[in-house]
Amino acid sequence: MKRALIRIALVLLGLGLIGIASVRWLNERGEESVTSASVSSVASTPALVARGAYLARAGNCMGCHTVQGSAAYAGGRGVPTPFGTIYAPNLTPDDATGLGAWSQAEFWRALHNGRARDGRLLYPAFPYPNYTRITRDDSDAIHAYLRSLPPVVQANKPHELPFPFDQQAALAVWRALYFRAAEPAEPSTREADAARGAEWQRGAYLVEGLGHCNACHASRNALGATRNTLDLAGGLIPVQNWYAPSLTSANEASVAGWDTGHVVALMRTGISARGSVSGPMREVVAGSTQHLTEPDLRAMALYLKALPQTAAEVAPARAMPSPSPDSPGGKLYEQNCVQCHGEQGEGVAGAYPALAGSRAVTMPVTVNLAHMVLEGGFPPATAGNPRPYGMPPFATVLSDVEVAQLLSHLRASWGNHAAPVSALDVARSRGVR
Amino acid sequence: MPIPNTKFFNALGVSLTLLSAALAHAASKVEDTMAQRMQACTGCHGPQGRAASDGYYPRIAGKPAGYLYNQLVSFRDGRRHYALMTNLLAPLTDDYLREIAAHFASLDVPYPPPQPATTSVDLLTRGETLVLRGDAARKIPACVQCHGAALMGVAPAIPAIVGMPRDYLNAQLGAWRTGSRHANAPDCMAQVAQALAPGDISALSQWLAAQPVAAGAKPAAALPDPLPMPCGGMAPTGSKP
Repeated sequence: MKRALIRIALVLLGLGLIGIASVRWLNERGEESVTSASVSSVASTPALVARGAYLARAGNCMGCHTVQGSAAYAGGRGVPTPFGTIYAPNLTPDDATGLGAWSQAEFWRALHNGRARDGRLLYPAFPYPNYTRITRDDSDAIHAYLRSLPPVVQANKPHELPFPFDQQAALAVWRALYFRAAEPAEPSTREADAARGAEWQRGAYLVEGLGHCNACHASRNALGATRNTLDLAGGLIPVQNWYAPSLTSANEASVAGWDTGHVVALMRTGISARGSVSGPMREVVAGSTQHLTEPDLRAMALYLKALPQTAAEVAPARAMPSPSPDSPGGKLYEQNCVQCHGEQGEGVAGAYPALAGSRAVTMPVTVNLAHMVLEGGFPPATAGNPRPYGMPPFATVLSDVEVAQLLSHLRASWGNHAAPVSALDVARSRGVR
Repeated sequence: MPIPNTKFFNALGVSLTLLSAALAHAASKVEDTMAQRMQACTGCHGPQGRAASDGYYPRIAGKPAGYLYNQLVSFRDGRRHYALMTNLLAPLTDDYLREIAAHFASLDVPYPPPQPATTSVDLLTRGETLVLRGDAARKIPACVQCHGAALMGVAPAIPAIVGMPRDYLNAQLGAWRTGSRHANAPDCMAQVAQALAPGDISALSQWLAAQPVAAGAKPAAALPDPLPMPCGGMAPTGSKP
């Protein structure tokens, strides 16, 4: 009896050790030893620094690593996640609190393998599942740029994570399940991709790698993992509660049917003839894509246009409330919206988006619509659209029921055929920021 | 009916349709102006930013441009807290905020009538004393020392404190006092508000909201004496690259 217990204990111990060993192996596979490559091999030049600055824009590093109104790249901004708040660290070259002591190889290992200088595993709120696709050359350029910044003494804020998410072991298990470093022979080793040409490959590199578009435009599982960097089928951004629409669905934000020029205009200026950006995407355009070159924006547009499309859902035939100017929603539209968006929801080019035929209005997920009416907003002020037209917030003016009536009216008018919105849907968007 | 007439009525019908379409278009004409762009603001701050005195939202028309700009930057960068303001300003550049501030500063629209006081004569006297003479014993300067003898503010960065809703004055003095509203350091207004007792705040807002504003009143060009304390908000700031 006793012997049997000992035997079971030994088997369990063995399984445990195998488990630990495999988690460890899965975390370290393919990782170059930093000591052998620690010596800086690429000398910093003004050209390298300039290229690094450009790439840091393409990766929107500032978006997380700068607190609005504080020193650039000094960290401290909290990234809210369902597991707690992750604080972005100081990237300026201060020796004690920033990246001053980091070698090129250590910086590369952080981007490529998600491991800090001291060997700690990094949280994937830092999008290394995407950045692992960045080439060593580009990594060195970004490193050179960050080293050229004025050093800022600002200690990193500890993350606010409850047990067990604050444990390195938990992170190691997560990484064993969901993270695999890319092969260094990027940009693309996939055979089918190689045939698609240099421009497509550049687009793939920017969208899947530096641009980390699927950090928002993909759904996440219960442990916060996305499927892979190719998934751009849309996802609800946790905590912020904005929906990053699917880039592969004609009902949402696919650009397969758009002119390349309109896609480029949207990323460069924040507005286009086909729609304008709102919510968290405003930050992406202002901080990142407006700074990219025409060839890079075209490459991204080409890649996005070529994404495999999900089959369009055929909406089940259902009785739609017929829109009427005398309905409560119609009256609200007349009182609050018609001045700018027009009698037929036609909008005004360059100033106010059209609502007729707008996918932002008819998308199945309605959280963004409710945010827009409750909070109003401006598109981003960019070099290409420096003085945008704004929309007032209606949070203090309209009740949840009224916003729901208004949105249901928009979704059923001028050729729009989308299901009504309930007051409960609106209430869910209120006060969530 | 002869054919020409049908043609005539058809033509008339078409022209009427065109005319009404043109009129409808004229009615909802969107102009390439700052006023049109700032519809996002006037929903709460009133037409041309002239908010009435009985609401909460402050008047912004005619305030000094430097003051307005500092407030816009502070909302965007987290020194002032109001989620709707922060969301509106988040994607805007320093240049555009400067233009917005200049736009509202340039508007010369009539002030609303004052709000009759609803409190005791004693409390109003206390308010008046603090505004005109301060309280040296508690190191509280008089409001007029910084906000000008007419309390209409001083260009470019000190705001008017008359012509404002009482609720707004109460909320702001309270926010300075509890530390939820900030300005650039040294934060003089926070120091002043923290020296105030809660009863002082009510006395001040009651008295200030009850003062009429003379027609055509404007911020003063300069103060006769130096500021009684150092103030960080005097130089326009900005940060957005």
